[in-house]
Amino acid sequence: MAKKKTKTKSKKEKKMKLGTFKETAREKMIGQHIGYRYDVNLLPDYKKITPFLKKYVEAMGWDDLNWLEDVHMGYEEGRPAVFCRNANGWVTIPKSFKLPENQQDRDMIARELLVKFQMSPKHPLVDLKKAYLKF
Amino acid sequence: MANLKNTEKKTKAQAMGMHTEVLTGRTQQKFFNPDEAENFYYFGTYDVDFNKRTDLDVKDMTAAEANKEIDNLMSQGFGTIVIKNPQGKHSLGVGILNKLNLIFEGSLGYFGMGSCDGPIVRINGRVGWSCAENLMAGKVVIEKNAGSCFGAAIRGGDLICKGSVGARTGIDMKGGTIIIGGDAGAFTGFMMQRGRIIILGDVGINLGDSMYDGTIFIGGEIGSYGSDAVDSELTKNDQDWLKRKLKVAEIGENFDVSKMKKIVAGKKLWNYDNLEPTEKKGAI
Repeated sequence: MAKKKTKTKSKKEKKMKLGTFKETAREKMIGQHIGYRYDVNLLPDYKKITPFLKKYVEAMGWDDLNWLEDVHMGYEEGRPAVFCRNANGWVTIPKSFKLPENQQDRDMIARELLVKFQMSPKHPLVDLKKAYLKF
Repeated sequence: MANLKNTEKKTKAQAMGMHTEVLTGRTQQKFFNPDEAENFYYFGTYDVDFNKRTDLDVKDMTAAEANKEIDNLMSQGFGTIVIKNPQGKHSLGVGILNKLNLIFEGSLGYFGMGSCDGPIVRINGRVGWSCAENLMAGKVVIEKNAGSCFGAAIRGGDLICKGSVGARTGIDMKGGTIIIGGDAGAFTGFMMQRGRIIILGDVGINLGDSMYDGTIFIGGEIGSYGSDAVDSELTKNDQDWLKRKLKVAEIGENFDVSKMKKIVAGKKLWNYDNLEPTEKKGAI
C-alpha cells in the first residue's frame, strides 16, 4: 500500500511540472501551444519585490512596477523562461539558476532578469538599432 | 528568435500542405550577466536629470518640429520639460523611449503620446482619440476627459484619466493598466488580450466584448456585458492591488474597492482553432 501511495504522488508531481502539460490535438498538429500556460492575470505581490527592482522603479521615477506587472515566469520547451516583448522571443533561464516554488517569487525574479536582459548592450535590438536607426 | 526545425515526420497540417517545418521553439539561448545588474536604461538612450527643467512653447511649431525639439532637449540632459501652448495639436510627444518628466499645459489632439516607452507625462487638459496608443511603459495622467480608443493597444505602463472617456477604451490592449476616474463609453475593453482596466464610474454597453484575456474592474453600473465577458470573484490580492493602484493614480483613494465588480474572459471564444483548418481547406 505504502509503495502505491508513493507512486501516485510522483505521478502527480510529474503532471504538474512546468512544460509537461499534455497538448491538445490542435497543438500537436501545429507544433505550438495555444493560449497562455500560466496565469497572465496574476497581480504582483509587492511584499516580494527585490532590491534591484526597487532601485529600477526609483531610477525611472515610477511609483510601482509599472510595465513589469505584466511580466511572469512562464516556460518554453520545458524550461523556465521569460518573454521579451522587444526581442519577441522567450529568454530561457540558465539551468544553474535555482527558482523558488512560489509563483510570486518566481515572477519577481523573472522581472529582474528581464530588465537586466533588455538593458544589456548585448540585447538583439542593439545591433538592429545600429543597422537600421534612421533618426 | 524563431527556430524552425525541419522534420521528416509529416503532421496532419504538413500533409495538408500548410507548412513544412515544425513551428516550435522561439527560445533564445541568451543568458543574464550579473555584471550588468545596475544598468536601468536602454542602450543608447539619453542620460537625463529630473531636476534639470526647461519650458518649450510649441505655439508656432508643427507636431514634427515639437517632437524633434523634445528629443533635442533630452539629448542636452533635460529631464523635466514643460510644453506650453499645445493648442490641441495632434501626435504630440510620440515615440519617446526615454526616462522623462513631461508636462503639457493645455490639451492635446488625437494620437498624443503614442508609442512611448518610459516617460511620466501629465496633461493638464483634455485629449482626443487614441491617446497613448501602443504605450509600452511609463505613466500618463490626463487631468480632464479623453476621447475614444483611449489606450488603444497598450502593452504596458499606467494610463490614467481623471475625467470620463469615450468608446472602445483599451481596445486590443495587450498589457498595462488603464484607470478612469469617471465614466466610460461602449465597447470598453473590446478584444483586450491582457492587462487591466479600472473604471470608478459607470460603463456603457458591450463591456469586454470578445475579450481574450485580462481583467476589468468596475465601480459603477454596467450598461451590458459583451460576448464572452463574465463576472469573477474579487480576491484579497485584487483589493490590495486596487487600493495601491488608485493611490498611484491620485484618484479614488477613499473608494470602497471591496464593492467593485471584476470581469474576466469566459474563454468560450478560444475554440477558433478548431475551425481554422476547415477554413484553410475551403480557401484552397
